[in-house]
Amino acid sequence: MERLLQQVVNGISLGSIYALIALGYTMVYGIIKLINFAHCDVYMIGAYVGYFCMSYFRLGLLPSLLIAMVVCMLLGVAIEKIAYRPLRNAARITVLITAIGVSLFLEYGTMFFVKAETRTYPPLTGWLARIFRIGNVVISMQQIVLVGITVILMVLLQFIVKKTKTGKAMRAVSIDQDAAELMGINVDTTISFTFALGSALAGAAGVLVGIYYNSINPLMGMVPGIKAFIAAVFGGIGIIPGAMIGGYFIGMVEVFVSGYGNSMFRDAVVYAILILILIVKPAGLLGKNVREKV
Amino acid sequence: MGRLNEHPAIKKAIALVLSYVIVQMLISTNIISDYLQVTLATICINIILAVSLNLITGITGQFSLGHAGFMSIGAYMCALIVLRMPTIPGFLLGVFAGAAAAALVGCVVGLPTLRLRGDYLAIATLGMAEIIRVIFLNLEITNGAAGLSGIPKFVNWFWLFVFTAGTILVISNFIRSSHGRACISVREDEIAADAMGINTTKYKVMAFTFGAFCAGIAGALYATSFYFIEPGLFGFMKSIDVLVIVVLGGLGSISGSVLAAVLLAVISTLLQSFPEIRMVLYALLLIIIMLFRPQGLMGSKEISLNVFGKLGDLFASRKRRV
Repeated sequence: MERLLQQVVNGISLGSIYALIALGYTMVYGIIKLINFAHCDVYMIGAYVGYFCMSYFRLGLLPSLLIAMVVCMLLGVAIEKIAYRPLRNAARITVLITAIGVSLFLEYGTMFFVKAETRTYPPLTGWLARIFRIGNVVISMQQIVLVGITVILMVLLQFIVKKTKTGKAMRAVSIDQDAAELMGINVDTTISFTFALGSALAGAAGVLVGIYYNSINPLMGMVPGIKAFIAAVFGGIGIIPGAMIGGYFIGMVEVFVSGYGNSMFRDAVVYAILILILIVKPAGLLGKNVREKV
Repeated sequence: MGRLNEHPAIKKAIALVLSYVIVQMLISTNIISDYLQVTLATICINIILAVSLNLITGITGQFSLGHAGFMSIGAYMCALIVLRMPTIPGFLLGVFAGAAAAALVGCVVGLPTLRLRGDYLAIATLGMAEIIRVIFLNLEITNGAAGLSGIPKFVNWFWLFVFTAGTILVISNFIRSSHGRACISVREDEIAADAMGINTTKYKVMAFTFGAFCAGIAGALYATSFYFIEPGLFGFMKSIDVLVIVVLGGLGSISGSVLAAVLLAVISTLLQSFPEIRMVLYALLLIIIMLFRPQGLMGSKEISLNVFGKLGDLFASRKRRV
């Protein structure tokens, strides 16, 4: 029982990270129908910005987190402006290849500047280093902070998307770009804003993963990137709550498969679940099946 | 005699034999060194992969991100057979067994997943390739993460040429057959094709299986030319590499795929001298080419042997004008 609870705690922590990254994928996909391969590298850059803030400038966790989010936000907007906007009307597969190009560029560009070696985050001190024990279940302060920040960011995101004017514009553009434009919505700005939001969340995920797992490297984004995308597809791509559910679900599955089964198979199980979901309900858990009209 | 020269099949045969003989001569005179021969093998394997993925993605319009999975099946199957039968018949058996196994998996995977469309299919095929990789990583017989080493080398320019030219010929003839036309109609508009009485599922699965078969051949050639295979070689990035070649060459253009495979190999060979920024430059080039030529190098056009004739005419008419 205690072991089960411990796995649940770990699963929620891992799931938070997947959920934060998945949100960026799902928002971008929802609005321009692009699998933004560069998104997982924005997350990696976020981890590095946080690392430099904390180890060289000796900033605390919160300032580092905010700086990483702002840097990633700018990076996300720049990527969209330079690489994706000129191809807005091109075939989708072309934009996909460009996204792969941007992803490789960020990965190997970072590798060129900071070298390929794995770096370790500075250890947390003071109240952040505390560990709680409830029976035999260990919960570290890092996990609480990780989940806490994730929940705050998600609530904030829901607020922005549901209650503000820009959020309304985002939803309108994702439903019908042309109609939204006719209603006087500035589509370019709205798409930039979506990239900014998604990238900021990825930046936050990067810093949080840094403090949780301690080690970062320039290629750290690849695997979590694919997993987070799967989480987004699982929940129904383009649907924000779907990405959250998907993220936590994938996190749980991974932790449970490694805890109770063979950890070598944890990726395979995740992919198998994905394929099953796609075959049974292609639009994802929360997605609606849209009938195709001729 | 003049008539005979103009027959397309004969022209093709002459071009093929010429290209084989020229490269063979360059190899025997050592202009193509051992190092370049490795590049040559990479180019040929990439051509087979790209042309077969082009059949799935460019011609039939089904977006697959799992080509490396089929390649790995071919590679492991062939390696396992060749390790036990290190002879030429063993090698040929390995290549065809590998290709058949890949085609079988392609068919089994394709039947349920090809109901999905666009990006969903892409994600499902990606998941399939990853599952195949994890299975190879955990099997006894494939030696897990350490991979199989000491695979005897059988591949030389002759075999590379036979399989590469064979794949290109078969696929380009397939595209011009009625089955190929049916595949193109599925790409253009699935609903319309369905309404015209084309069994879209059948053609999608056919293209997918055929593509997997060729990817299996490519994998088998890979295993028997580089001595060593491990599951990590056939990851997500390998599928992406192949997709990049296809899109760069132009979706639906077989000659575009060939051209792009050669071009990318040349670029990456030239960039060998700057190991640190090699991948950065590669990525930049990729972005720039896509920004300025979104339809790929060849669009959906093909280079045919008539190009040389037309160039000759152009040249002649210029001369006349002067």
